[in-house]
Amino acid sequence: MVLDRYARQRLFGWLARGAAALVVAVMVLVVAVTIYRGGRVFITDPAIAVTPPGSRYMLEAEGGFFHAVLGSVFIVGPATVVSAILAVSTAIYLQSDYSSERFSETVNMFLNVLWGTPPIVYGVFVLTVIIAVGAQTSLFFGIVAIAIFQYPIMTRYTDEALRAAPDTVREATYGLGATRFETALITVRAALPGIVAGIVMGFARGIGDAATVLFTAGRSTNMPAGPFEPATTLPVLIFDQAMSFNAEVRSHAYAASFVLIVAVLGLILASKLLAGRYARFAPGGRHS
Amino acid sequence: MTMTSPTTNATLTTENLAVTYTGNREVEAVKGVSLEFAANRLTAIIGPSGCGKSTLLKSLNRLHEIQPNVEIGGDVRLNGESVYDADEPVPEIRRRIGYVPQEPTPLPLSIYENVAYGLRIHGDYESKADLDERVERYLRKVNLWGEVEDRLDAPGAELSTGQIQRLCLARSLAVEPEVLLCDEVTSALDPVSAETVEETLADLKEEYTIVMVTHSMDQARRLADDVVFLYLGEVVEANDVETFFENPQHERTRAFVDGSAIPTTGAVDGEANGDGDGNERATTTDTEPGEPVVAER
Amino acid sequence: MTGSTETESAADGSSRLGRRLLAERLSGYWFGGAGYFAVALFALIVLTLLYQSLPLLAEYSVVQALTSSNWDPAHNEFGFLPAIVGTVYVTLLSMAMGTPIAILAAIYIAEYAEGRTKTIVSSFIDVLAAIPSVIFGLVALLVVVPFVGDYLAPAVGSDATGLGIFTVSLVMAIVVTPFMISLAVESLEALPDELRESSLGVGATKWETIRSVLLRAAGPGIFSAVLLGFGRVFGATIVPAMLIGGQTQLPESPLATGQTLPTLIVNDFGELMSLPLTQSALIFVGLLLVVVVWLFNFGAMVVRRRLRRRWQY
Repeated sequence: MVLDRYARQRLFGWLARGAAALVVAVMVLVVAVTIYRGGRVFITDPAIAVTPPGSRYMLEAEGGFFHAVLGSVFIVGPATVVSAILAVSTAIYLQSDYSSERFSETVNMFLNVLWGTPPIVYGVFVLTVIIAVGAQTSLFFGIVAIAIFQYPIMTRYTDEALRAAPDTVREATYGLGATRFETALITVRAALPGIVAGIVMGFARGIGDAATVLFTAGRSTNMPAGPFEPATTLPVLIFDQAMSFNAEVRSHAYAASFVLIVAVLGLILASKLLAGRYARFAPGGRHS
Repeated sequence: MTMTSPTTNATLTTENLAVTYTGNREVEAVKGVSLEFAANRLTAIIGPSGCGKSTLLKSLNRLHEIQPNVEIGGDVRLNGESVYDADEPVPEIRRRIGYVPQEPTPLPLSIYENVAYGLRIHGDYESKADLDERVERYLRKVNLWGEVEDRLDAPGAELSTGQIQRLCLARSLAVEPEVLLCDEVTSALDPVSAETVEETLADLKEEYTIVMVTHSMDQARRLADDVVFLYLGEVVEANDVETFFENPQHERTRAFVDGSAIPTTGAVDGEANGDGDGNERATTTDTEPGEPVVAER
Repeated sequence: MTGSTETESAADGSSRLGRRLLAERLSGYWFGGAGYFAVALFALIVLTLLYQSLPLLAEYSVVQALTSSNWDPAHNEFGFLPAIVGTVYVTLLSMAMGTPIAILAAIYIAEYAEGRTKTIVSSFIDVLAAIPSVIFGLVALLVVVPFVGDYLAPAVGSDATGLGIFTVSLVMAIVVTPFMISLAVESLEALPDELRESSLGVGATKWETIRSVLLRAAGPGIFSAVLLGFGRVFGATIVPAMLIGGQTQLPESPLATGQTLPTLIVNDFGELMSLPLTQSALIFVGLLLVVVVWLFNFGAMVVRRRLRRRWQY
């Protein structure tokens, strides 16, 4: 009986360690394969990430995939800005004295549903709108789709950050005769590390998502020519490359993944550094 | 297994017990303490906040080990057997030396299962009826049975804090420990609940060896048989309650008892969270008259 | 309470105060609008999808569409059953593989790991959570597909190629595990140490403490974590599209190829967009996904509330 308990305790201890080791091993495998395969392509042809695609790129791997790099920047960049403004505003509305508690709860419920909505649904929605207004898929609609996708993610992080800001900040500001608006600004300042981290997180999610842009940005194989011309992003390009019959195009998928992973890891690092930097303004905030 | 209402005669002694936090900076929270906690007596450990009281208490049954970066020196002996160099596994030691935390902490279980928790783990019952009987016995022992007998299946957390603290006592007693460690068990309670818990403790000290941390001088005077005054991790004075309060042997004890402020040095174990300083803040509101003003951070 | 007095004193002509109050009023409109935006966006999505699904629903009853297994858009046959079965298969298999690993790994990080090891393991998991899923699909094509096709399938006497439901489930389990881990770790670490001390203090072992006390107390949070993983597998698009083989038929075994609801959209949207009824059918899939997510969220809210009451501490 007694031995049993301790044997079980050891067993589960090792199972827990094993599970963690497995997860870490998978992560090492995925990153290593991407960097190894992608790195091999880059060593033989370092310029492909900044070379425009040839006219038969998807068939014969002429040129490079600069169009997708630019597409990612031009789609996810503006989308993040728009989405961040909306998300921070919504979160302020939810967490401040602009709304009644009851209405906040309702909005929160809808945000939760939006948060769990599969990205492909946003893609289908925007495409439906495109068809309805008789437009064509383009960079602009890619921005719209990504912005909608990022909005609930960023709102949630911002909302959490504002919620964690101590009430005393708000009370103290009101005590000085500040208006709701001025108080909200101070609260945002107090919650800045969390908000910045949330926005960067949304940026990272946006830059990695393919399902939303698949039908909305146009899956173009040319350089982006304007806001209302078709474009593509790195994840969509990787998806298309991976399905190609041409082995060289498939190998480019690893190179593109390499770029994507470096970008995402860079963003995470930036978010940690920024959060640490802004933490000085957060009373009792996290000290990371 | 079938003993009824056990009366223990366990003596707990420490030999040069030292606890060092080896985190970012090294802090020696308990410095070579040698004490004897006599059988069937209640010993109160008092001292200013941050003096290492909680750390000392938790090191008596190795509960501090759940924190990283703690080093221990010396030993603790239960009836002469080493606690740190024991043949038994640590959980067996903790079963014999029970612990009740400062915050009233119900386990996420029903009232009944809270008391039955330890019994189920150790398999210390013969039948469901036996288990029922034991749960009732210990709930009666802490004067809680009458208040909860008709809602044993309700979550423990739905009781009031005072009731929860007595539930915690019942839970600890149910596994029939020889020694009971109580960490400021009344400090998070309102005065009325605190009184009920104190009465319960007063009843229990007949049967158990109890070590209690408190920073209420009055509580020590009311409840304790022996008092230990801890300052900066060192024992200043350990004596029976009468001598301690009426005829203190040390200048520092006299100053502390007389209520002159002894400045805390700060940060003895604030970083290691050994004393739960955050919680102690709550107690300043119900500071009893006559209690020395202890500088709080 | 402050509203009326502020407006009155605004008339005093102090231009600075006037400006402040103007900013206050405008900000009220802006933030109010932002609050309504969340609701409006949701309503707009649901109504648009519903409106565009009407042509299909005019021709077929919902029950008929959901229970027919004949999917042949070229001949106006729209049976969603194969895709629904595929989705259920993938979701259940992924969760069966991912959940135990995620909870165990979360326990390791929250309760066992210390110091540097803990920092390193958690940042590995953060990184894993941030890797775009298309990369998992790509690496899986190179690693998992050959493994399943060359070793696993022959071992169980199947002639599957490696593309199929099992492969998708395995890869999706890998994709969602880090998310579940982070959330589960958060809820375990939020528990007060007194819970651990109380349980250990009556002589429980570490594992008994984790199983009977900590997992319960963190239960609502862990439940949310699992549900989050569930939702992500359910709506996953890119990984299934790359790995499932894309055949709209009822899957015979876990190793068979198949289709999920999202991959139905990906595979058929391009070519068949010109057929109005097909377009409507695929938009209906989008609606279906939203409705299921909605029902799930609602159910989760109810369950979580009950767990929180039952397992409060």
